[in-house]
Amino acid sequence: MSRDLSPKSLLGVAGAVATAVACFLPWSLYAGFPGKMLNTGFPGGARMYVLLLALAAGAVLLLDPPGRVRGLRAASVWALVISLLTALLIGYAGGGLGNVAAGAWIAVAGSAALTASAYLLDASSDRDRRVWSLPDADWRMPAEIVITLAMAGLALYVFVVGLGIPTSNVASGPDHTFRDAISLNDVTNGSEFLAFLFGIIGLFLVAGRIGLTASLGAITQRRRPALVTGATLAAIAFPFTQDGSPYALRIAASIGVFAAAAVGLNVVVGLAGLLDLGYIAFFGVGAYFAAIYSGSTTSPIHVHLPFFLVIVLGALVAAVFGFVLGAPTLRLRGDYLAIVTLGFGEIFRISVNNLDGQSGPSLTNGPNGISNIPDLGLPGGFSFGDNHHLFGVPLPFQANYFFLEIVLVAAVMVAFLRLSDSRIGRAWVAIREDELAAAATGINTTRLKLLAFGLGATLAGAAGTVDAHVVKVAAPDSFTFIESTLLLAAVILGGMGTVPGALLGASVVYLLPEQLRFLHDLRLLVFGLVLILMMRLRPEGLVPSKRRQREFRERDDKSGALDPPPGAHA
Amino acid sequence: MTVLEATSVTKRFGGLVAVNDVSLTVSEGEVVGLIGPNGAGKTTFFNCLTGMETPTSGRVTFRGTPLRGRPDLILKAGVARTFQNIRLFPNMTAVENVIVGRHARTSAGVLSAIGRGPRYRREERESEEVARDLLAFVGLGHVRNELAKSLPYGDQRRLEIARALATEPGLLLLDEPTAGMNPNETAAAVSLVKKIQGRGIAVVLIEHDMRFVFGLCDRVAVLVQGEKLLEGTPAEVQSDERVIAAYLGKPPEDAGPKEKKK
Ligand SMILES: Nc1ncnc2c1ncn2[C@@H]1O[C@H](COP(=O)(O)OP(=O)(O)OP(=O)(O)O)[C@@H](O)[C@H]1O
Ligand SMILES: [Mg+2]
Repeated sequence: MSRDLSPKSLLGVAGAVATAVACFLPWSLYAGFPGKMLNTGFPGGARMYVLLLALAAGAVLLLDPPGRVRGLRAASVWALVISLLTALLIGYAGGGLGNVAAGAWIAVAGSAALTASAYLLDASSDRDRRVWSLPDADWRMPAEIVITLAMAGLALYVFVVGLGIPTSNVASGPDHTFRDAISLNDVTNGSEFLAFLFGIIGLFLVAGRIGLTASLGAITQRRRPALVTGATLAAIAFPFTQDGSPYALRIAASIGVFAAAAVGLNVVVGLAGLLDLGYIAFFGVGAYFAAIYSGSTTSPIHVHLPFFLVIVLGALVAAVFGFVLGAPTLRLRGDYLAIVTLGFGEIFRISVNNLDGQSGPSLTNGPNGISNIPDLGLPGGFSFGDNHHLFGVPLPFQANYFFLEIVLVAAVMVAFLRLSDSRIGRAWVAIREDELAAAATGINTTRLKLLAFGLGATLAGAAGTVDAHVVKVAAPDSFTFIESTLLLAAVILGGMGTVPGALLGASVVYLLPEQLRFLHDLRLLVFGLVLILMMRLRPEGLVPSKRRQREFRERDDKSGALDPPPGAHA
Repeated sequence: MTVLEATSVTKRFGGLVAVNDVSLTVSEGEVVGLIGPNGAGKTTFFNCLTGMETPTSGRVTFRGTPLRGRPDLILKAGVARTFQNIRLFPNMTAVENVIVGRHARTSAGVLSAIGRGPRYRREERESEEVARDLLAFVGLGHVRNELAKSLPYGDQRRLEIARALATEPGLLLLDEPTAGMNPNETAAAVSLVKKIQGRGIAVVLIEHDMRFVFGLCDRVAVLVQGEKLLEGTPAEVQSDERVIAAYLGKPPEDAGPKEKKK
């Protein structure tokens, strides 16, 4: 390893050091800017992410890993973006650039130098990414287990931090109406979250470009039991990090439902390769089923079924809808399914809007939906509506629903994983790869596609029954086309065909719009831009299946002789 | 005993008669060649046999029972095939491709896949063993975990054969098994077909490589413009004036492997 001590590199090192030091100096001359910018010492807020990026840049420069320059570029650009944005906002919020402390400018100058160095260096001299592994020693296995557990802990930490960053100063004020114009004040309030977001993107890119992501991925793959344990522990630990506040728990529970539905959709889209644009309708069938039989006073049917029965029946009813819809359409090829499912989604929404006893049979209470869904209970008198204290930590009742979510997500995950690696799952992948060849290899393609579609509907239905109890209402507005699109976005963004991908995708797709509320109307625009950016930088998704990864990475260097020429006959 | 009996199979595409009144009988363990110029209708005939196309008229029976309908049912009855322009599952590994071939001979459903009982595990293990044996049988044991699409052309053709064999066919239809192969690979293909024959599987193969066909086949049928011109032993076909004429007057010995236009 020849250490590069050229002037270009040294410029980068100097920039990294300056930036890192600047993160310990005050950035603002007044108190009140998010992230405690007045303090000297261990940095908070935006400064922490700039520091992490600067350290990453310095490490990449000096350690010379594969993908050095490209990794450096990612780190330096995002450090510059964050520090510049923060400096300008500090100036704006303080009434003039004179209120920006020297620390901020040093950070801007330092990261600018770093960026300059990154782009002066020649990226074509980068060695190729490769997967690292630990030396083959006695401690390798325990070390890998520790790393895997640490990854789960890190994921929890990032999640908690991301959710916990306040994005509004008007803590107890009325909700924003989204017609309000966005002001720079709002951006200031959200600046810490933006810094977090950019910082995560930057660090993720660096890790990807120097091959760290792939290496850690390989390790966690090898240590599946540790991964499962770590993920379970992290999920269980989450409510205890919230200090009794229900806000994040409510969001986390919703993410859970969303993730369970995303995993179900992943069967349809990721494994079988069928495009389902009305998936939320099956979710809605489950939700309405649960709501109607929940014993709610607003339900026209005054029957209260036990919840365990409701999950099973709700899933079955959704399955029936899936099969009835899929049977005629799946015989057709290509995009018919997308269009029919799109239509079904709309029909569902319009139907539940009208089944109010006036324009149709009384079933769904029309546009108002079925609300006041009572809390769940367990035999033995446990009510999901009670707050608890455990290990001295207050757990608001939302934690009960969160734990229910974990069980649901775990169940859906197990079903998905076992199916994907089975006779049925392989047949789905074969159909996705080449439908005609699959048929010629003895696969009843229509039946298997119907099975994927119906199973996806079943899982969505089950998730829907839980959702109705988590949000305590089932109303037509919750089941619109945009929801189907978001689920699809979660699957594609996370990485088609994998469970961690669906979980991660669901978290991002759900969390971002939630935490970007300070942008008012613009939040969806920004959300969209972030999605586009992510897909541009990582088309195979955040956690792609091995198969997909190969597909996308190899597409660049010519596809094999296998692609039949267009219009070729068998 | 007769394995395949195709009687007066006709396939029209609009005004074009791609296959015209073709009959063919294949007996147990026989290797039959199907030759003819480009566009003669050979592939279309295969498509009619395997359910990829529905014949306009005619009748096909396999071991006495009529073959009709879907490709997967025909495969289950025991007719497997390969494709002229290889159709593997490109992003699956070699061994996965072959295991997919076990689909029709295994039965695990959704519930047993989720439950993973002893029966399920036994079936999975058996599928893996069969796939491993078949890969070794066609000479691909060393590339088991390679992606299908990353294999060289000749290996892809052999992998497709392994996948077809995994379905336990009584009759194997090979559409130009040596297209794109070098002479070494072609020689290996000859012995592979003989080994397949040795397993008691009847083979019908379409080929442009005349040496390959005449060296290997018990019987050869010649298709020209959708019609069966004649059928006989390699010696009979080789010396027939009409066959020579059909191949543009060239003696068939010199025809050699024909480069296929795509
Ligand atoms: N699906 C189809 N629709 C219309 N015409 C078709 C179709 N399939 C094949 N044909 C036509 O039928 C005729 C026979 O084609 P086929 O592919 O069976 O020939 P072949 O004997 O296999 O030729 P080759 O040696 O080039 O593979 C050709 O004229 C072809 O264009
Ligand atoms: Mg052909």
